[in-house]
This record gives sequence, structure tokens and C-alpha cells, in this order.
Amino acid sequence: MTRRHHVRFRVPANRKVRVGLAVFLLLVLVAAFGQLFVGHVLGQSANRLHAGGNLESPSGRHWLGTTSFGQDVFAQLVAGTRTSLLVGLIGGAIATALAVLLGVLSGYTTGRSGAALTAFVNIFLVIPGLPLLILVASYTRGRGGWLTVAVIIGLTSWAGGARAKRAQTLSLRNRDFVEAANYSGESRTRILLLEVIPHLAPVIASTFLFSVVGSIAAEAGLDFIGAGHASTVSWGTMLYWVQSQGALQSGAWWWFLPPGLCIALVGTAAGLINFGVDELADPRLRTRKPGSAAGRSRRSGGVTPEGAR
Amino acid sequence: MGGVTLSPAVSKAPAAVRRTSRSAVRRIWGSVLLKRIAFYLVAAWAAATLNFLLPRLMPGDPASAILLKMSELGPVTPDRVQLVHRLFGGAHSEPLWRQYFSYLGGLFHGDFGLSLAFYPTPVSTVVRSGFLWSVLLLGVSTVIAFVLGTVLGALAGRRPGGWLDTVISPLSIFVHSLPYFWAALILVYVFAFRLDWFPLSGGARPDLAPGFDPRFISSAVTHALLPAATIVLTSISGWLIHMRNMMASVVNEDYVLLARAKGLSETRVTTAYAARNAVLPSVSSFAVSIGLVVGGSLLTEMVFNYPGLGSLLNQAILNLDYPLMQALFLVISMTVLVANFVMDCLYVLLDPRTREAAS
Repeated sequence: MTRRHHVRFRVPANRKVRVGLAVFLLLVLVAAFGQLFVGHVLGQSANRLHAGGNLESPSGRHWLGTTSFGQDVFAQLVAGTRTSLLVGLIGGAIATALAVLLGVLSGYTTGRSGAALTAFVNIFLVIPGLPLLILVASYTRGRGGWLTVAVIIGLTSWAGGARAKRAQTLSLRNRDFVEAANYSGESRTRILLLEVIPHLAPVIASTFLFSVVGSIAAEAGLDFIGAGHASTVSWGTMLYWVQSQGALQSGAWWWFLPPGLCIALVGTAAGLINFGVDELADPRLRTRKPGSAAGRSRRSGGVTPEGAR
Repeated sequence: MGGVTLSPAVSKAPAAVRRTSRSAVRRIWGSVLLKRIAFYLVAAWAAATLNFLLPRLMPGDPASAILLKMSELGPVTPDRVQLVHRLFGGAHSEPLWRQYFSYLGGLFHGDFGLSLAFYPTPVSTVVRSGFLWSVLLLGVSTVIAFVLGTVLGALAGRRPGGWLDTVISPLSIFVHSLPYFWAALILVYVFAFRLDWFPLSGGARPDLAPGFDPRFISSAVTHALLPAATIVLTSISGWLIHMRNMMASVVNEDYVLLARAKGLSETRVTTAYAARNAVLPSVSSFAVSIGLVVGGSLLTEMVFNYPGLGSLLNQAILNLDYPLMQALFLVISMTVLVANFVMDCLYVLLDPRTREAAS
């Protein structure tokens, strides 16, 4: 029980969350130090053409084989991890910040300006994101590299998160503690920052998680269709070359499987972590473990579907 | 500035609700739907305005790039030059608001100029050629994915932690994270290339003329199966996860407990009490989900070279065909708006509270 006091450093109890966090940590480590390892230990680099033969299958020298240009696939995958994660984090951070700002404001503001803000959020919600993203990206035409792509993704993908924040804020707005703060004369900014937003923490966390994943997927999609930044190595550009060089027809599984699996891995990790976030926000979602039935909420005691049978 | 104003609309409501004769219900229906229609008109206007502003705000000069490309492809009439300036701005003396009004006027006539990728076919003709393909593919696969995903989600969420839940939930999260285009690539590789069960690409056999001819239709269906499977496979889990989570929290509500205490059958409790309430958020969050599905299906079409809007978009990107791209963005947005409106109508049918709130 004494360890309970170190809440901050406690390892999450949920196994799903632990697996998700471990995967994320691993990817961050690869993004940070992977290129050093690839360069110094394996002696490979992502951009070097004819580092090996064309379309070599995996070997000790080329862990994931080579592309049809003789590039090392493993080195590309590692370099791509950094690009994709950076785009994901920056795009996700921008989208989440906008979602919190617009969602909370539109949920908390009443009257005409509140309605206008809500309409603004709703309009961006119904305008499909990827076509808009493609349109903007095709006008910028790769200027500014992956950073521009990340910023555009962030600016076009906040609406779903804003909607979730708005719904939560609406339900918080009339709670007693907010009203009390209101009647005691606290400023609106202070109420929003200190009373409302802290209660949104789980929703914000899950928005951020999925914004990161969404940004990574969006960037991969953009690169895949050739509307992104073609000369940066990312998971998306790898798949672009897979498609245009006909890697599938050559059966080069070591080339077309890893980038897609990496994208799916990030998404799965986020989904697993989100299980924990969801359960934090809504205790009813916590599944009952055989030995800890007493910890179950009063309401469902004995009348779970199994009990009714 | 003052604080929160307390809502005055508390009293009179119940009496008014009770007086709902049939005509009143119809009136309320009307007012809810009218509000939604007004909203979608505003959204459509916003999409059109965005389309107008983007090329003018972006660095570079798309108008002169287009004109340059057009002059390479053939002689350019002064009308055409004017049209390009109306759609994309550029070095032009007219003030912005005049450009804006002539742009909006042009939209009503459906005049988007000439496509550069398919020069000199008008953009409207090009878009029309792909529209039906995409809408049919996307419409059918979205309905299948929504129904299947919701049913599976309801089954999994009925018993959180049960065997179905422990198998389906993690699996669907993984499938949900697969990029559409990558899933499409793998399906093409396995089922079209390796096993040769389905055609590699296209929308129908090229030697058959489109029409209500059984041979054409069967060819179109076999060509659509793999793209549709991709869209269903990757979008189903979104609906599934959503429904599972809602269901998991709804099964513990008091009204479900009451239904069970009344001795209703398990099927009845699950469908009429729990699932009916759990499905509402799925319907109301349709806008968020359909946006993702549309984006994904555009990419899927590109992989299969399916003759819909996605492949046209691909052509537009490759050829820097801005007129086509602009028109596609508008058409896709409008289609999504219509789909959302249909879902809104469905929501009003499913949830009586929305009808009451309107009175």
C-alpha cells in the first residue's frame, strides 16, 4: 500500500495499457536513436542507392532486404519512423490544441457567439478531411517539407476532437462546482482553465492519442498518392515507391509489409492505451476480474447478463 | 461581461408537448429538419468559399500555372483565360469580392473550366463520369460496414470481458489502424495477383458498354467486390468499437435492469432496450466517421484504379490539374453533406427526444 503514494510513477495496472505504452516507448526510442544504430552498427543509410543488389531478400547485411533501387529497407524503416512520429506528434499537438480551444469555448460560451462557434465547429466536422488535406497539400506542393505537411494536417483535422470537448463541456457547464466558481466571481478564463479543462483531461488525452495516429495515417496517405513531400523518407513514401515500382508483383514482402505494419502498430498501441484512458474516465467500463468482484460498482452487482441467466 | 445567463425556457414546455396532435408532430419534424437544411446550406457555402480562398491564399500562382499548361496543350481563348481567373484568382485587376461573386455565380452553372489531365474535356463531364461509380461503391460498403459493425459491437459490448469481447475488441483495434491503401494493396496481392479470384483493377470489363445489361452488371459487381471488401474491412471496426463501448456502459443502466426484472426475454432486452439507446451516438457521430471512410475509399479506389472520383483525384494530383481537383473537392463535400443529412433524418426518427426538444 505504501507504493500507492507514488501515484505518478506507478506502472499502469491494465495489461493492455502496459503493452500499448511499451510499443510507443519502443517507437520513440527507434525514432531518437535508431539512425545512430543503423549508421554506426549496421553501416547502412536510408538514402544510399545500390547499398546492395536490387530486391535482395532479408539477410544479415540487409535486415529487411533491399528495394528495387538497392536501398536498405531496414534503414528506410528506421528513418521513416522518425519522420512519421514527428509528423504525428506535431500534427496531433496542433489538432488537439485547436480541438480543446474551439471545443471548450463553443461549449461554454452562450448566446449568439456560442452558436456561431458551434456552427463553425460543425461545419468543419462535415467537410471531409482528407480531400481538403489533399487540396491544400497540392497547392503547397511540398514546400517546407514534412513540417508543412504536419501543420496542414493539424489545421484540417481538429473538428472531431472539438466536438467531443464541446459535448463534455456542455455537461460540465451546469455542474455545481462550475456554478459555484461562477457565483464567487471568478473570471471566465480562470474557470475554464482551472475548473473545466482539468475535468476534460481523459478526453483530451484520448483526442491527442488518436490525433497522433490520424496524423501519421494522413501523412502516409498523402505521401502514398504523391501529394506529400516525395524526397523525405517516411512510411508513406516507402509505400509510394512500393506501389510505383510494383513490389507486390515482384513478391518483395520485406518491402511492402513493414511500413504498413508499423502504421497499424502505432494505431493499435494508441487504441490499447485508450482502453486505460476510457476506463479512467468511465469506471463502468472496467471489466470484472474473477477475484475482485467486490470492487465492482453497486449498480451492476449480481445483475450482469451472466447473473440473469 | 456578465456570467452565465440562466435559461428561461423551463416552464411551459410539458403542456405544449402533451398537446401534440398528429399535425403538430409533423410541424416539429418540419422545424427540426428545416434547421438542419439551413445548417447544411451554410456548410455548403463554407466549402465553396474555402475552395475559392485556398488558391488565393496559398503561395505561388496556380492560375498562371494552369494557363501555362493549357497553352502547351492547345490555343487558349480569352473566355477560358477569364474562367481560370474566376476560379483561381491570380494576376487580375478585379477586386476580390467581384471575383467571389462571379465565382459563386459560375458554380450554379456547374462550369469548372477544362480539365488539364483530360484536356480538353470539361471538368463537369469528367466528374460526372466517376460520380456514380464512387457513390455506389461507397454507399453499399458503408451500409454493410455500419450494420455489421453495429451488430458485432452490440454483441461484444453486451458482456464486457466475455469471450467475444476479448477476441473482437483488440482485433478490431488492430484492423482499424490498418491504412486503407495498404489493406487494399495486400488484398490485391493475395486475392487478385496470387489467387487470381478477382480482377486486378478497373470497374468493369472494358469491352462491355455500361448499361442495364446483365453481363455488364455482373462484371461490374465482380470488379467492385475487392474494393468494397477493403472499405468494409477497414471501416467496420470504427463502428464496432464505438458500439461496443456504448453498449458496455448502457447494459448497466437502470432501465435495462428494469427490463430484465420485468422478465423480458434476453433478446428483447438487448435489442429494444440496450442496443436502441447505444446506437444513438453512432448515428450522431456519423459525420466524423463518414469523413474518414470517404478519405479511405478515395485511396482505395486509387489502388484498384477503380473508375470513380478517387482515381480522378489521383489523375488530378499527378497532372497538377487544379480545376479538376477543385471540382472534386466540392462534389465530394456536397455528397458527404447529403449523406449526413440523411443520417440526421434517421436520428430524428430513432430518438424521440430530438422531436420534443424542438417544440
